[in-house]
Amino acid sequence: MATKAFQKIYTKITQITKATCSLRAANVGNEELATVDGNLAQVVKIIGDEVTLQVFGGTEGLRTNAEVVFMGKAPSLRVGDQLSGRFFNAFGDPIDGGPVPEGKEVEIGGPSVNPVRRKQPSELIATGIAGIDLNNTLVSGQKIPFFADPDQPYNQVMANVALRAKTDKIILGGMGLTNDDYLYFKNIFSNAGVLDHIISFVNTTENPPVERLLIPDMALTAAEYFAVEKNEKVLVLLTDMTLYADALSIVSNRMDQIPSKDSMPGSLYSDLAKIYEKAVQFPDGGSITIIAVTTLSGGDITHAIPDNTGYITEGQLFVRRDTDIGKVIVDPFRSLSRLKQLVIGKKTRDDHPQLMNAAVRLFADAANAKTKLENGFDLSDYDERCLDFAKEYSAQILAIDVNIDTTEMLDTTWKILASHFRVEELNIKQDLVTKYMPKVS
Amino acid sequence: MSTKGIVKGIISNLVIVEVDGPVSQNEICYIIYKEARLMAEIIKVVGQQAYVQVFESTRGLKVGFEVEFSEHMLEVQLGPGLLSRNLDGLQNDLDKMKGVFLRSGEYTSPLNIDQSWEFKPLAKVGDKVQAADWLGETTENLQPHKIMVPFVFEGSYTIKSIVDKGTYTLKDTIAVLLDDKANEIAVTMVQHWPVKKALKAYKEKPRPFRLLETGVRIIDIANPIVEGGTGFIPGPFGTGKTVLQHAISKQAEADIVIMAACGERANEVVEIFTEFPELEDPHTGRKLMERTIIVANTSNMPVAAREASVYTAMTIAEYYRSMGLKVLLMADSTSRWAQALREMSNRLEELPGQDAFPMDLSAIIAGFYSRAGYVILNNGQTGSITFIGTVSPAGGNLKEPVTEGTKKAARCFFALEQARADSKRYPAINPIDSYSKYIEYPEFEDYIKKTVSDQWIPMVNEMKTLLQRGKEVQEQINILGDDGVPLDYHITYWKSEIVDFVILQQDAFDTIDALCPIERQQYMLRKVMGITRMDFEFDNFNEIMDYFKKVINVLRQMNYSEFESDKFKEFEKQLEELLKERVTQLNQA
Repeated sequence: MATKAFQKIYTKITQITKATCSLRAANVGNEELATVDGNLAQVVKIIGDEVTLQVFGGTEGLRTNAEVVFMGKAPSLRVGDQLSGRFFNAFGDPIDGGPVPEGKEVEIGGPSVNPVRRKQPSELIATGIAGIDLNNTLVSGQKIPFFADPDQPYNQVMANVALRAKTDKIILGGMGLTNDDYLYFKNIFSNAGVLDHIISFVNTTENPPVERLLIPDMALTAAEYFAVEKNEKVLVLLTDMTLYADALSIVSNRMDQIPSKDSMPGSLYSDLAKIYEKAVQFPDGGSITIIAVTTLSGGDITHAIPDNTGYITEGQLFVRRDTDIGKVIVDPFRSLSRLKQLVIGKKTRDDHPQLMNAAVRLFADAANAKTKLENGFDLSDYDERCLDFAKEYSAQILAIDVNIDTTEMLDTTWKILASHFRVEELNIKQDLVTKYMPKVS
Repeated sequence: MSTKGIVKGIISNLVIVEVDGPVSQNEICYIIYKEARLMAEIIKVVGQQAYVQVFESTRGLKVGFEVEFSEHMLEVQLGPGLLSRNLDGLQNDLDKMKGVFLRSGEYTSPLNIDQSWEFKPLAKVGDKVQAADWLGETTENLQPHKIMVPFVFEGSYTIKSIVDKGTYTLKDTIAVLLDDKANEIAVTMVQHWPVKKALKAYKEKPRPFRLLETGVRIIDIANPIVEGGTGFIPGPFGTGKTVLQHAISKQAEADIVIMAACGERANEVVEIFTEFPELEDPHTGRKLMERTIIVANTSNMPVAAREASVYTAMTIAEYYRSMGLKVLLMADSTSRWAQALREMSNRLEELPGQDAFPMDLSAIIAGFYSRAGYVILNNGQTGSITFIGTVSPAGGNLKEPVTEGTKKAARCFFALEQARADSKRYPAINPIDSYSKYIEYPEFEDYIKKTVSDQWIPMVNEMKTLLQRGKEVQEQINILGDDGVPLDYHITYWKSEIVDFVILQQDAFDTIDALCPIERQQYMLRKVMGITRMDFEFDNFNEIMDYFKKVINVLRQMNYSEFESDKFKEFEKQLEELLKERVTQLNQA
């Protein structure tokens, strides 16, 4: 980044830590950007005339006489239609060899939407995956993460969801992506021929970790441009938010803050909420939907990162391998979409809510029967029927390779239920049973 | 002349200001930033330096900016016109703000100062009055709204003049009072009160005893809350805290409902904004929004204002309680409030307590809960604030500081449980761990005997014993296997399942089942407990399960049907037939 004429250059750094440096400077704004020997840094603390800068790339090799120039603005992004189809780094600079896009310069991490100006989300996002559409229906304007262990195929499922969902723009925010995963996304998007709908902001494992703190704000600033100015439906993919939170804890540690649970900063909830709450349905039709990935350690959702995330997001999706059918399924017990109530039975058929609950409850009975079997008890006739039901339900509904429309999902579920259970075992309203339950010969 | 200051340091939303005169702890000040004035509160003073927490983003702030001090603490405006408002944590009217995005330093008054109100005097010239005494009355959303002697007035006053019945704006003087030194003080329909101070202008605060009907069976029957009572709902995410809170706020028999959305999801607040103006108050038939005030400080709004939001909501509740009204205050979630306290304590570099929360967390929580309650006003009328807060325990672990601090302060405990939520048994309140201390109050027992029935409390206790027994039996069956226990065990287990499925579980999304009035609760409880007292005969455990599933199914169909409708009676007849098949002995009470 070149310095402009008449800018004051400071050359006297008074203090250096692993992530920050301090110097005496005047007329500096909080959160302002600066360059330290050409490396980007941001003001994080001002006491009197002493200014502390967080150096994104780390302070290895930093000289005490390095040239520091303040840029007079917070981190920002040039937004415009030219963003489409491009790949950028955490600072919004192109990494695909293309030209720097032109557009209006907007500070990232801008103000929140006035809650009374939001519209209640009400548009279903169909993915064809029954484990999602039927049991955990997604709605535009929603924010929902995949909770997954690092060995699970979350990026693939997410890419599938993104490509099948009918949206105007997909914005990928990649944090700590391995180079392989970055190339995977790049390939799958170009093979699908949709590259011009996609904008990517990528921080790979090869980049300094602190840089990734800018990724979500960059992605969401671009999303706000398309959702507010162009009234477009924007889907934002953020992977992996656990690595984002790790970067937060590195910074807070270097700033001598007292850590709270799991060595995370005390402000973790607010930090994550600021990102996820950018998901919104605007009254004029534009919307931002966020699908994120939070990797877990050994499935532990009580760790501070998934725990705080769960309190912020509108549900979570779990994927796991079902050993009975040998396929990856969307776990119906631990997954939840909080906004599904706004669309199921309203935008979908009226039997959807009760049918979904009945099937999941019987699937739970099957799990109990399985425990009984493993503990060496005899199974009742009901247990046997539950187990048979569970296998069919897993393969025809829960498996992530299912790709059918919602009505077909409902019909399939009725068919499976009817072939194993009697009416009184379903606990479904009589009217719905009469209307939809197929007769079994 | 008021004190002024200059910004000397900025650490996130904590700003250090050098002052040129006296300031007080918790005083409000404004940092002048271009055209905007950013509101902040003093939270620490060291020598000439005041540490202030800013209620807005501090991006772009610079050392050297000017600061003006206001000489008062954070206050709210109280007067007619608050009902149906959507406010933020600092009592700004969100609807009056322009644009889609919130702008730093934009403040809007919750009251329309030029709006006219029909005023009718209730006091006359020469009356001796004190703070919170009723001077007159106006009508707000068809509800009487008392105009009171301002709460900040200390000692006693004499009314020198009071206006006649007529229409006045909020700017107009409606009375002139004389203090004991004969100074004249003009009073309008609007007054101010600092939010962090409890309002104590009432005669006494006796133990509460009147049942607050919520229409939620598992609360009203098993863990009742009373008018002026306190309760809390802890639960891991996804167990239905918010759905339960919304159900209570929609259905509870209260005059005023205040919902403090504190650091929670914006879409949930939008749900209230969207639904409440449409939904009817089941008790009056008017729109729910007419009796509701929403204080929304969602999780992405500034942290310091989040801390203020619960106090703002509580102060407004106290204002309406002083009019002799039944107020229900819901705060979702108090954990977010505690986290806001933690973030500030952390920036002030205070020595941390458990999980880095401030040391006095539990005292702060207790102090806040104690502002709720049932009071007798100076004129002998009564009013109440029922407070229900949710707690979002980190990792679902109820041994964390916020849950423990709240448990000491609140009298009802509605424990939401992951296992119940996983098996879709909603509301997922654990019937055995949850409690209501009010059920032990003799005052409450007397009240229930008079208003509901003298059979009620014994029947509830019988039900709880059955649930406990059912749980024990289930554990036995799990260990010994279905064949390893006598048939009686299966019968007991399934009887407790009837209670669980028919009484405890309730479908908050079904138009009929969502709200269950007390008469209907009583009818169903009698019905169900009657069945559990009957003797049945079976040959094997499979028969038992099949049979009781049928019974449960019919009873649930009754829950889904309109009370005492033909359909309801039809299912009831089916039930009688079903019972005849197997019952050997009718032990019905």
